[in-house]
Amino acid sequence: MKRVFLFIPVIIAAVLGVVLFAGIGKDPNKLESALIGKPVPEFLLQDLHDEERELTRELFEGQVSLLNVWGTWCPACRDEHDDLVWLAEEKGIRIVGLNYKDNRDDALVWLDRLGDPYQVSIYDPRGRLGFDLGVYGAPETYVIDAEGIVRHRHVGVVNEKVWEQDIEPLVIRYREKI
Amino acid sequence: MLRPVLIVLLLAVYGPSLMAEPNDVYSFESRSEEQRFHNLISELRCPKCQNQNIADSNAPISKDMRDEVYQMMSEGARNEEIVDALVGRFGEFVRYKPEVDSRTILLWATPVIAVGVGLVVVAFIVIRTRRNDESEPALSDEERSRAARILAEGDSDRTS
Repeated sequence: MKRVFLFIPVIIAAVLGVVLFAGIGKDPNKLESALIGKPVPEFLLQDLHDEERELTRELFEGQVSLLNVWGTWCPACRDEHDDLVWLAEEKGIRIVGLNYKDNRDDALVWLDRLGDPYQVSIYDPRGRLGFDLGVYGAPETYVIDAEGIVRHRHVGVVNEKVWEQDIEPLVIRYREKI
Repeated sequence: MLRPVLIVLLLAVYGPSLMAEPNDVYSFESRSEEQRFHNLISELRCPKCQNQNIADSNAPISKDMRDEVYQMMSEGARNEEIVDALVGRFGEFVRYKPEVDSRTILLWATPVIAVGVGLVVVAFIVIRTRRNDESEPALSDEERSRAARILAEGDSDRTS
């Protein structure tokens, strides 16, 4: 009986080891969005290209879209831009841009120079919609289904690998549900 | 003589700019409201910088969150409403004090469980040693007489 007790420290160490090992390699900066499964928050914002045109969450209804949060002040947004253009042009993905805490003139120059992957561009200079979405660092990309429900959030650059592994399967799945 | 004067002058001129600047100034109706604001922002965690609360963090997102707390306070929201509004956007992560619910019950109960297990172990050890003391008298009668004999022999050895 006493021999069994001698193994208790070993058992504790083994359990602790398994628990801690499971945590290795997880990125603590990647947070699950609180909005998964919830509709895109209400908003009323201008179109980046046209001050007169007002956009609301209805623009997400009817088809699966990606919502990409970006700004000209964000270096990583420059990194992913070519991949977004590739997605829009080669894959025919509907990408909605959310120009976040930026300046309209700078944003328009950027799109003019680098290409415009966005079918619709929302202009959010004060970051209201970004705040309601829980954006904590650009770039962020959301998968929004045809009912305007947030299905996935990716924080960081979208490239071919992220697209194939994380985003494309979801886009295909929610397209089938329409 | 000149040096202290110089130091005082320098401090008077540059002192204010050297102080940690709370670059967003909020005004409150009362001291208690201000205290409430400070309590709230020190209990909310910055999603970007992770190990800072939004009171300490300089990240733009923390400023937005402080503004939202202030805004909601001035609209008369209760503390829980304010925290819930931010949790609704940024997730449970922003709470430094998680709610007690089925997912966090283990987190809250761990200290109690640890103390309980400790008490059980101590009680177990105490009971066992007591029982050993009682159930096994140190020497049986036979051993006792043998010991007496050995001691007696020892004594006689020493005296001879």
